[in-house]
Amino acid sequence: MSGFLQNTFNGLVSGAFYALLALGLAVIFGMLRVVNFAHGAFYMLGAFGAYVLLAEAGVPFWAALVIMPLALGLLGMVLERAVIHRLTRLDPLYNFLLTFGLTLILQDLVKSRYGTQSSPYHTPDELSGSVDFGLFDFPTYRVFILAFTVLLCVAVWWVLGRTRVGMVVRAATERPELTRAFGIDVGKWVTPVFGFGIALAGLAGVLAAPMRAVNPLMGADLIIVVFAVVVIGGLGSIFGSVAAGFGIGLIQAWGEAYLSDFPIVSQTVVFVVMAVVLLWRPAGLFGREEAPA
Amino acid sequence: MSARSEPGLRAPQSRTEVAMSSAVDTPAEESARPTPPSGLLTVARAPGWVRYALLAAGLVVALWLPNGLYPAVAVDILCWALFAVSVDLLLGFTGLMSFGHAAFWGTSAYVTGLVAIHAGLPFPAAVLVGALAAALLALPIGYLAVKRTGIYFAMVTLAFAQMVYYVANEWRSVTQGENGLQGVPRTFFGVDLSDDYYFYYTILPIVLLGLLAAWRIVHSPFGRVLVGIRDNPARARALGYPVHRYKLTAFVLSGFLAGLGGGLFAVGHRFVSLDVLHWTTSGKAVIVVVLGGIGTLWGGVLGAALVVRLEDWLSFSGFEAIGLVTGGIFVLVVLLFRRGIWGTIAHLALRRGAARRR
Repeated sequence: MSGFLQNTFNGLVSGAFYALLALGLAVIFGMLRVVNFAHGAFYMLGAFGAYVLLAEAGVPFWAALVIMPLALGLLGMVLERAVIHRLTRLDPLYNFLLTFGLTLILQDLVKSRYGTQSSPYHTPDELSGSVDFGLFDFPTYRVFILAFTVLLCVAVWWVLGRTRVGMVVRAATERPELTRAFGIDVGKWVTPVFGFGIALAGLAGVLAAPMRAVNPLMGADLIIVVFAVVVIGGLGSIFGSVAAGFGIGLIQAWGEAYLSDFPIVSQTVVFVVMAVVLLWRPAGLFGREEAPA
Repeated sequence: MSARSEPGLRAPQSRTEVAMSSAVDTPAEESARPTPPSGLLTVARAPGWVRYALLAAGLVVALWLPNGLYPAVAVDILCWALFAVSVDLLLGFTGLMSFGHAAFWGTSAYVTGLVAIHAGLPFPAAVLVGALAAALLALPIGYLAVKRTGIYFAMVTLAFAQMVYYVANEWRSVTQGENGLQGVPRTFFGVDLSDDYYFYYTILPIVLLGLLAAWRIVHSPFGRVLVGIRDNPARARALGYPVHRYKLTAFVLSGFLAGLGGGLFAVGHRFVSLDVLHWTTSGKAVIVVVLGGIGTLWGGVLGAALVVRLEDWLSFSGFEAIGLVTGGIFVLVVLLFRRGIWGTIAHLALRRGAARRR
């Protein structure tokens, strides 16, 4: 029983990363119709930034947790204005290609400066150790990640559901022409929303730094799994993306624990789930049917 | 006039319309897709002598190639040309962007390598088996992927290709994992093909056959239906064409051609590594096509030649960060040069032709 809870907890923690990345992708997609391939690269930059800040300037984790999302969000806004904006009128595939090119560039920039070795990042002292839940203890840092992510998702959900900004974003996501017809200036929200999505990716990166190997390639493999996650959840649905993120994290963790003789299972189960969803509900579990094929 | 819109008129959306409606802040001065059927139309409209002259020039270059470049680079160019054309068959002529074509290129490379090592068949037979294996893999992946279109299709194919990559990485007893398959032989009826120069001329007919097949597909009634589906899927369905089945057939054919290229690539390098299945390989194939010109078929061949030559030159001059250059090219092409090389030439020629007729 306690083993099961342990696995479930670990699944939720890795699901938290999927959820944060999927949330950013979904918000950006909703507002701009851009699938941001570079999302994984920004996640990597977040982790690397935290590492470099600590190693070369002695900036602690907590400061990095604020600095990196802000800096990357700003970089995202600059990129949106400079390049992505020019292609939003075209087929979304062009922006997918553009952000793919950006991924290669960002990845190689970091690689040529720091090599492909993984760098260790120490868990901040306040969060080392473990929390005792009676039956079992969990590493404090992981408890922190889970709580932080859930809070963040709830906060984003609240902003989208209960504030005027959120209403505009949701309206623009679902019916862009109609929203404009009501006289709402959708355009002025595009850049901040893009920056916000990127900031979420950077935040996920900083959170990942103490837990995962920090290296230039950490984002790319992850983002492909996140693409599968958003296909499962339905990219148009913000709730669906987050739910699918946690769900896939859980399934992977259980697969890893109970089918440990077949390590391939936990790596590929997300794609199998994607295949089943495509057969059963092609638009994703929470997605709406897209324009006729 | 009543403001009521006919549902039947609203539903069919061309790619252009989809792109326009998804625009965020619009002044809609620029049209979305740079002249979709460019290649097809210009080639069809060009006078006969131009087409034959281009064909002759292409064949002459193909025959000369290993004399002007390192033969090993020339071999790579041939393989990548097939790969690019297979991607363009989907991207340019069916309107589906496969971002996971490394799955077919790489699977065929591994199957070809294994067959060549263990069965001792002449290499063209091994390549054929590899390409068939790729086509077989394309069947389930395509069946699932064609349920989605546009950007989702790209994500789904990318994800399935990553799954193939993980499987190959874990299945070490067969693929040798990180070490890769070493010593793929160039068995060919007792002829010594260890020199890349002669190997080039041995595979040239196979590659030309593959390119011819792609050309035949595009210019067949089947290919015209594909273009019809690309431009207006709803209309194609209304006309009674089973859209999914057409897309799936195109996908499997494309997987076979990609596999043909991948198998030859494995024999050419005598070595298969996990790189052939990596997502960067899928991405590179799409770059090559965009650089050459989407929907131009032969543009992909040009793009392949340029990218392979450039990468060889970069790695020869000891430049490490190749991704910086390929990524940079990608960004520039997508931003400034979406018609690609062949597409731009065709566009200019078309404009001149139109001006002269006026």
